[in-house]
Amino acid sequence: MTDNPSLAAHPNVEDWIAVRADGGVEVRTGKVEIGQGIDTAVALIVAGELGVPFDQVVMMPVSTGLSPDEGYTAGSSSLEHSGQALGLAAATLRRELLGRASQRLGVDTGDLETRDAMVRSRQTNRTVAFAELVQGAPVTGPVDPRAQRRRGARPGDPEGFEPLHVRRRVTGTLKFVHDLCPAGTLHARIVRPPHYHAVLESLPDDMQTVLGDVRLVRDGSFLAVAHDDEHMTIRGAERLCAAARWRAVRDLDEGPIGQRLLENRRESFPVRGGVARDEPVDMPPPSGAGTIRASYERPYQMHGSLAPSAALAVLNDDRFTVWTHSQGPYPLRGALAEALGCDPASITVMHAPGSGCYGHNGADDAALEAALIARAIPGRPVLLKWSREDEHAWEPYGSAMRMELCARLGRDGMVEAWSHETCSDTHLMRAWPDPERPQAGKFLAPRYRANPLSAPAPAASLGAGGGIHRNATPPYAFPHVQIVKHLVHGLPLRVSALRTLGAFANVFAAESFMDELAHETASDPVAYRHRHLDDSRSIDVLDAAAGRFGWSARPPAGNPDGIGRGIALARYRNAKSFCAVAVEVRVDDDASIRLQRAVIAADAGEIVHADGLAAQLEGGFVQAASWTLLEAVTWDRDGITSRDWQSYPILRFDNIPEIDTVLLDRPGEPYLGAGEAACGPAGAAIANAVFDATGVRARRLPLTPQSLRQAASTG
Amino acid sequence: MTHPISLDVNGVTYSVEAGPDEPLALVLRNRLGLTGVKVGCGLEQCGACAVLVDGESVLSCVRPAAGFAGRKIETVEGLGSPERPGPVQQALIDAGAAQCGYCTPGLVVAITGLLRSEPRPDENAIRAALEPHLCRCGAHPRVLRAVRALAEDAGQ
Ligand code: FES
Ligand code: FES
Repeated sequence: MTDNPSLAAHPNVEDWIAVRADGGVEVRTGKVEIGQGIDTAVALIVAGELGVPFDQVVMMPVSTGLSPDEGYTAGSSSLEHSGQALGLAAATLRRELLGRASQRLGVDTGDLETRDAMVRSRQTNRTVAFAELVQGAPVTGPVDPRAQRRRGARPGDPEGFEPLHVRRRVTGTLKFVHDLCPAGTLHARIVRPPHYHAVLESLPDDMQTVLGDVRLVRDGSFLAVAHDDEHMTIRGAERLCAAARWRAVRDLDEGPIGQRLLENRRESFPVRGGVARDEPVDMPPPSGAGTIRASYERPYQMHGSLAPSAALAVLNDDRFTVWTHSQGPYPLRGALAEALGCDPASITVMHAPGSGCYGHNGADDAALEAALIARAIPGRPVLLKWSREDEHAWEPYGSAMRMELCARLGRDGMVEAWSHETCSDTHLMRAWPDPERPQAGKFLAPRYRANPLSAPAPAASLGAGGGIHRNATPPYAFPHVQIVKHLVHGLPLRVSALRTLGAFANVFAAESFMDELAHETASDPVAYRHRHLDDSRSIDVLDAAAGRFGWSARPPAGNPDGIGRGIALARYRNAKSFCAVAVEVRVDDDASIRLQRAVIAADAGEIVHADGLAAQLEGGFVQAASWTLLEAVTWDRDGITSRDWQSYPILRFDNIPEIDTVLLDRPGEPYLGAGEAACGPAGAAIANAVFDATGVRARRLPLTPQSLRQAASTG
Repeated sequence: MTHPISLDVNGVTYSVEAGPDEPLALVLRNRLGLTGVKVGCGLEQCGACAVLVDGESVLSCVRPAAGFAGRKIETVEGLGSPERPGPVQQALIDAGAAQCGYCTPGLVVAITGLLRSEPRPDENAIRAALEPHLCRCGAHPRVLRAVRALAEDAGQ
């Protein structure tokens, strides 16, 4: 038995790995490469475990029917699932190869070692190639979940090692979905309503004539154009857009989101041991002498993928083939089948590179839309590209959140009781085939087709680390802890999974609050955290960050002079990588915040690819810094007003700090996902540094000059 | 309706048919197959589509191709290949500076343009040259390291 879901679903060696006749090792994973380096990490694990050169490992493209079904590539679980499964598959394969070699060479398996895709006898120095050992008899059968992994089998960074794909990325030769253009391809665009709640009232009768040879595809309020020339398609879309008359069924609710999060109907669940329970919330927050409260907010924020979403689809002989940058080829296939009303077996979904997505962006929607257009024009490949405005205005955003923190301090300044209530819409609106509940309404297109579906009501996910309450549980050993999750209904914007789900905002709030308590008790923030920690790995990353930063003990905002430092700590999902971040900022007279330098310290278990890990942590820091300083989706009753990079700015090269990343290696410990680990601590560390620099506590993101001035005036 | 225009791209002169207002990026991608030129916004806001025009980094997603007739255009494909990456590309490889890689071709172009005009740029010049470029993966610190390394090499 195994608790690895990937292995449970695909228990055999041949599901994962095969030695080819040319000695290469073919590796299949169901996790998709989205710029996070999973391909490289997995290839390194297999190369090290088996004893084959890195460049002889061939990572197969992810495709339904061929690859293992590993659901979505999300939640920092790829290495834990796929990496572990492949490590065990490789170890099982290696054991079998050693057994065969021992017979062949007439020596004991204990005398054998693997290197360069060969088994060698230490005693006789005779060798036999892997390829020879599997000739006519491929290694098949169950992966042994207890297979002995090779200690220290990691190849590290072998001579000339270079991560996969990097050369093609820097030379512009990596083909993204956007670049796939098989013969006969039609370029397509969607023409969308002005906002979520508008429907098509009319199109001119002569619309197709006006469009000339640009094909019009219409299904209710779902409008698309297609042409074999991309520029003609874009011009056609502009013409169609100008001619279409829409009617708003209702307006967007433009009320203040912080208030809506408190006042709308909500379902509340106590969270114990990280798991939300379907039970009444029965305890009031702490009260009495020594009680401190604060509330924090984060707005809707977007994935903002650099490339607008795209997909290529073709319908031939009633079979769809779809190329997509979706994070989940298998679940997408099931959901497409439901939305298209066809058998999943008639759809092949192939993964192709997209730009970084950081969660559920427009990828899945684009895949369905491309398939709908392809169905209207059978036999022609349809390459649908969203416009920048499509992506900005229609992607499912990261949910707005409000966190209410409260603590009662003892006479010694220690936390006696801690409460964290967290309110938001759902963070999970991916379509996932579910026989009980229809999913198609989670896509955009079915909401606008004739006989429209409506979006299903969000359901609370109660599991450990579920969306809203992810990281609401603090890493500290407080005597009394009370966590409540509130799923708030009736909120205005379309949402789904954005990198870290609720963890970014929960950590921002909790670690800002820890800083407030340190200030309240005139304690140094590092020392104050220390006094409440009993977990050695958390302590180690905190110390590593403070040490590298050159942290000297003093309370926050002792003497605000415009330069400040902040620190924060979290273990992502309370179960994955440990990460501490220390930041130095400068706050200028105009209240703008400059990031001067940052230290990230992380413990991701056994390190597979150190530089790739550091890149993920740094990237997570930068993205979270952007959320923290700049980002908020805006809208009014007539629709989303964040429609491009000017109306929704993100962090640029002018405000990037020097980042120093410290990795604590734990050889032999399980791999821990790290792609999201730095985000929460980064946000809180920046806010804490701003407080240190100015004495102003900004509890509402983003920390723009305007919001800082507002926080200063309201105290 | 398309018109023939003559474009000098990566050292080769092409005669291509292009719509009167067809942006250079689309002509390079769709008619010359130079898909290293990325389109991220089509609004001159993100830098993904940068190409060198007479040695200077220029955004190609809005301005019509017709306006570039006779100018010397270089795309990322002209600055190195997987077999022989150019110096800027190699520096980005060494710095581990490409995550998804969608912003990378535009950055290669911008960095090349910068170093040609100023082989040893200081920090301000580097950041100013990269300012039009967005990267959502957060590869910035590594891109900056790569450019600093190139500037230092030039000084030796
Ligand atoms: S695509 Fe040209 S600047 Fe964004
Ligand atoms: S590396 Fe992905 S956008 Fe820059």
